[in-house]
Amino acid sequence: MIIAKDIYKSFDETEVLKGITMEFLPGKTNLIIGKSGAGKTVFLKILVGLFEPSAGQVWYDDVDFFSLNKKQKREIRMKVGMLFQGSALFDSMTVEENVGFPLDMFTNKTRQEKLHRINEVLERVNLENANDKYPSEISGGMQKRVGIARSIVMQPRYLFCDEPNSGLDPKTALLIDELIKEITYENNITTIINTHDMNSVMEIGDNIAYLHLGQLVWTGNRDEVLESDNELLQSFIFASPFLQRLREQALK
Amino acid sequence: MNLNILYHFGRYVLLLKTAFSRPEKGWVYWKETLRQMEDIGIGSLVIVGLISVFMGAVAAVQFAYQLDGTLVPSYYIGYIVRDLAIIESAPTITCLVLAGKVGSNMAAELGGMRQKEHIDAMEIMGVNTAAYLVLPKVAAAMVVIPLLVTISAYVAIIGGYLAVVPSGVISADDYERGLRAFFVPRNVEMMYIKAVVFAFILTTVSCFQGYYVKGGSIELGKASTNAVVYSNILILTADYLIAALLMG
Repeated sequence: MIIAKDIYKSFDETEVLKGITMEFLPGKTNLIIGKSGAGKTVFLKILVGLFEPSAGQVWYDDVDFFSLNKKQKREIRMKVGMLFQGSALFDSMTVEENVGFPLDMFTNKTRQEKLHRINEVLERVNLENANDKYPSEISGGMQKRVGIARSIVMQPRYLFCDEPNSGLDPKTALLIDELIKEITYENNITTIINTHDMNSVMEIGDNIAYLHLGQLVWTGNRDEVLESDNELLQSFIFASPFLQRLREQALK
Repeated sequence: MNLNILYHFGRYVLLLKTAFSRPEKGWVYWKETLRQMEDIGIGSLVIVGLISVFMGAVAAVQFAYQLDGTLVPSYYIGYIVRDLAIIESAPTITCLVLAGKVGSNMAAELGGMRQKEHIDAMEIMGVNTAAYLVLPKVAAAMVVIPLLVTISAYVAIIGGYLAVVPSGVISADDYERGLRAFFVPRNVEMMYIKAVVFAFILTTVSCFQGYYVKGGSIELGKASTNAVVYSNILILTADYLIAALLMG
């Protein structure tokens, strides 16, 4: 289980996060939503340890991550996978090399065992016959799937996704959402997704946290989103008159 | 201003300290080192060859002009071209050019990786990014650049020959006699010392500039430019210090 306790973060004079405390449900898809500039990405980067908070703690089970030394942090990171907004695939490596990179770096598997595992995860994300292609030779949706494959190749316990649907068409975005949800349940992974895609909220949000100006203002699940009377949340999720009408109809 | 320099110097030293730590997987680093060797070595052969042939040719023509009508024997042209190539032009000019080609490329590569979150992705996997991204580049450069410098010295001498012998300024025998005259093996040692030191400077300074890039394309451009400018300044400073120490 991951718990964030009273997280503050400032950059120079600007306070980006103002005391966020939240608990992420194990084995579920946890969504962090909010407008641009709400502090979602900073919060996610603190959760994975890329940024250190100005104050507060991040607990992985019974361990305070920021109190650990480098070696201990590395051990925790072995249990973490992350899908980046731009996929962050290494340009000089093929799809196979990208997915196999963590295996090369941290396991003593034989070439055959590694290849087997690489093909297994690529097959899982429906990406066969792309092993020898470079990231520049495949589409954005395929890059996301390679990113997912790379993030799960080490069988992580925690999966972090930063804007997984960014830059994708609605249909591909739904496929990526579905894939992340399936992988979460199949492997009992605790998944934390940072998004402002409302389809994701309504499709895969087991636990949703709404950030506004660096503060956590609402938590709930996708069913509770419709019924919530939190004005900030409603004005964010049902931003257009069309969506507001849909909500009203759904509530009737 | 002074504090700023100290801050950057401190970060540079810390980056090197992290970079020169024990690799997670030796063979992965070795593979990356070979890739870097190919990039630096094969990728720079043509430009090093070109500048070297002209450096030698220009030196030969200019010394021939200056020695014309003096009592200095003409075979000195070969001697001067050889020593100029070995002591100065091959290590220093080659490394200044490589700082522009290889150094800016390294800074841009690492800066691009920082901006596209490749470095973050590696960090999350648990990779020591400073070591994985910097160490193979430094190791590759410290092996390959002395080889390029050796080639540069030979090509410069050939360039000098082509500039003055076919045109009849001096005979081939005189040029060869000059090449054999007053040879000091210590100069060759100094060439290799310079090559290794300059290779270290240009790779570490360039990697430092790229590794800590923040912002967008303008900052990336600045990092790339700074990599070349600072490498050049430090190479020339080191050139003076090595000369003062070994020849003084």
